[in-house]
Amino acid sequence: MMKPIRRLAGPAILALGLAHLALPAAAQPRDALTLCQTLEPPILDPSGGAAAAIREVTYGNIFEGLVAYDRNGKVVPALAREWSTSVDGLVWQFRLRPARFHDGSAVTAADVKFSFERAVAPDSKNAQKWIFEPIAAIATPAPDLVEITLKSFTADFLDGLAMGDATIFSAASVGKAATEPVGTGPYRFVRWQRGDRLLLERNDNWWGPKPALKSATFRFISDPQAQVSALLAGDCDAHTNLGAHEAVAQLRADPRLAVTIGRTEGETIVAINNAKAPFSDVRVRQAMAMAVDRRLVNEGAVSGLGTPIGSHFSPNHPAYLDLTAERPVDLAKAKALLAAAGYPNGFAATLRLPPPAYARRSGEIIAAMLGQIGIRATIEPLEWPQWLERVFRNKDFDMTIVAHVEPLDVNIYARDTYYFGYQSPAVKEAYARTKTARTEPERLEAFRAIQRQITEDQVNLFLFMLPKITVARKGLTGLWPNWPVPANPLAELRWE
Amino acid sequence: MVLFLIKRLVGLVLTLLFAALVIFLVLEILPGDPAAMMMGVSATPESVAALRAELGLDRPAAARFLEWLGGFFTGQLGLSYTYRVPVAGLIAERLAVTVPLSLLALGLAVAFGVTLGTLAAAHAHRRADLIIMGMTQLGLAIPNFWFGILLVLVFAIGLGWLPAGGFPGWAADPMLASRALLLPAIALALPQAASLARITRSTMLETLSEDYIRTARAKGLSRSQTIRRHALRNALIPVLTILGLQFSFLLAGTIVVENVFALPGLGRLLIQAIGGHDLILIKSLVLFYVATAILVNGAVDLAYGLADPRLRVGRA
Repeated sequence: MMKPIRRLAGPAILALGLAHLALPAAAQPRDALTLCQTLEPPILDPSGGAAAAIREVTYGNIFEGLVAYDRNGKVVPALAREWSTSVDGLVWQFRLRPARFHDGSAVTAADVKFSFERAVAPDSKNAQKWIFEPIAAIATPAPDLVEITLKSFTADFLDGLAMGDATIFSAASVGKAATEPVGTGPYRFVRWQRGDRLLLERNDNWWGPKPALKSATFRFISDPQAQVSALLAGDCDAHTNLGAHEAVAQLRADPRLAVTIGRTEGETIVAINNAKAPFSDVRVRQAMAMAVDRRLVNEGAVSGLGTPIGSHFSPNHPAYLDLTAERPVDLAKAKALLAAAGYPNGFAATLRLPPPAYARRSGEIIAAMLGQIGIRATIEPLEWPQWLERVFRNKDFDMTIVAHVEPLDVNIYARDTYYFGYQSPAVKEAYARTKTARTEPERLEAFRAIQRQITEDQVNLFLFMLPKITVARKGLTGLWPNWPVPANPLAELRWE
Repeated sequence: MVLFLIKRLVGLVLTLLFAALVIFLVLEILPGDPAAMMMGVSATPESVAALRAELGLDRPAAARFLEWLGGFFTGQLGLSYTYRVPVAGLIAERLAVTVPLSLLALGLAVAFGVTLGTLAAAHAHRRADLIIMGMTQLGLAIPNFWFGILLVLVFAIGLGWLPAGGFPGWAADPMLASRALLLPAIALALPQAASLARITRSTMLETLSEDYIRTARAKGLSRSQTIRRHALRNALIPVLTILGLQFSFLLAGTIVVENVFALPGLGRLLIQAIGGHDLILIKSLVLFYVATAILVNGAVDLAYGLADPRLRVGRA
């Protein structure tokens, strides 16, 4: 037996040589940070694509708008120092603060005019053109003064301007915004190793107070298991929204890490094709709601970390109504409703599911729950492109499960051609009131009327708000616990 | 001989063209609009149409196919739909991860596979042989993504020696970059090393029963000297052939392993491209994989022809 051992020495020496490469990583200085997130932005121009990952990297870091959302979803000044409106609410004046782009040029009223006119141009790829629809004219009476005249009073005009889609660019550098962005924010773009990481460094010419972190690296790790490994191995100082819900208990037990469960704006719903029989009958939809226990779905799909909702509205918003107690689970009543609608023995239907784990996992549970009242749901998993084409665009579906992630997106219930095929004059009227309301209480009441109506009509099955699971090394403070908009403003972070 | 080479080359080119056509057609038929995919659910139809026009998706398929083929000669493969940067540049960037990773894995597989296989043959049917063959059985059975997770648990999380994934880039720090490739290369090498060990063992055993081995022993060489000087070289010829054929499996393995370790390689780019419905990138990537497999197999084929004159006349 001596010989084989001696022969094994060859590979063993090779292994030792390789292990030589395996020196422990040098400790990171405490003015730097590695922030990991699930998805990589395809491009970095928030006005050229809808991907949330673009905003997660750039919002409030590289790019800024006239105004911004803070961590509570409140609109606060950004490039505009202050603003005022005329008595009729039609003329808005924004006073710009002295600020510079990363290339050194000053931010002027002309840049604002340029950015907004670019957003509505015919070849614009802006995903949220509604923000700029109400604008009739943009004037620049002074280099630091922008005067916007609206076609009609629009209550949510300022909210729209706070979105990443309303970023202020300079005409000189906007051409490279997708790949080498030049913004006005507290951090400037350094380098992007596609598929892996993106490096930012502090912009010392920023108008605000000097941020604590000198540099930050965003890393993109899509595999949930790899996310957990990277946190445990110390490769990531924080993960902004962990994909591995089932690992939360394990990470909580780790003394080096702090776990925060917050909310995104993602209302997860079973969308129902309201335009198609038998779902066009409100009794059928109500029966379905009575068969589904959203508490169990939440438990099974996202480890109980989501916030149950009874309507299509975020609990983060002041107009939120808790309607989760409407239509509690009652199988007997559900069956009676189905029978009254002409389906005493139930019916067969498809449940087309997009790829995210929340949809696929909820799908299994929902199908089983609907089975209890005789609705035989066949699950069909789809990839995103097929889902967008078949379900979303061609409305070729019975039921699907998806999270609607845009903030304050209840307006989809007032659209004529939206994929779930719901038409309600009452909701349209209430939605119009949210735009024309002159006072905040009036506006909130209009939003509450919509919530009550769509729950009454049980347009869809409302399940839960997708959670935001923030995991950070102890000592790192300032990460947003909730996502009123997807964003990770680095200027608010510091190591204690 | 020249005729043989020409025929083989023409065959290669035709196969590649055919593969390109199939890839293009399949992706054309695939439902889903890349522009709609990128703009999300709340975009207006006008924004999506503007993007379609910018991406050139509104032009006829035949024109796009010819343009794409032409791109392989000019290096202009078009702009990635999702990243809006040239496809050729994206692929080159990712090769800087996948090529070193594959070569490192291949090196490890050969070093361990051939050494262990030879050892097993030298001690055939004894304890060392049984242990090594048991190990290779295990190595073949363990899926490399799972082995990768195991490696991360032990060496990254447990011992903290190596990063759990990611790639800092060669430019930033070559040392850190090599460290990042170590665990993935081991995960990738395991099944290759295991199958190489088994093949080496069996060809070695066959070689050891040849007459010239007996002659070598008869003239006074020790058993280990015989193996090193005479048997190994002869036994390795079939092993090298197998290695060439296994290269395709290695490439396929990188797709899985790069995902487990979050490495920005070609395989992960392919997965991202499929997820984002980046058709123009998928096309070029798949063709790249096909071309690599065809070229490696073609090279093995040519090597056969050069080694064995009968194949040249017989089949061509």
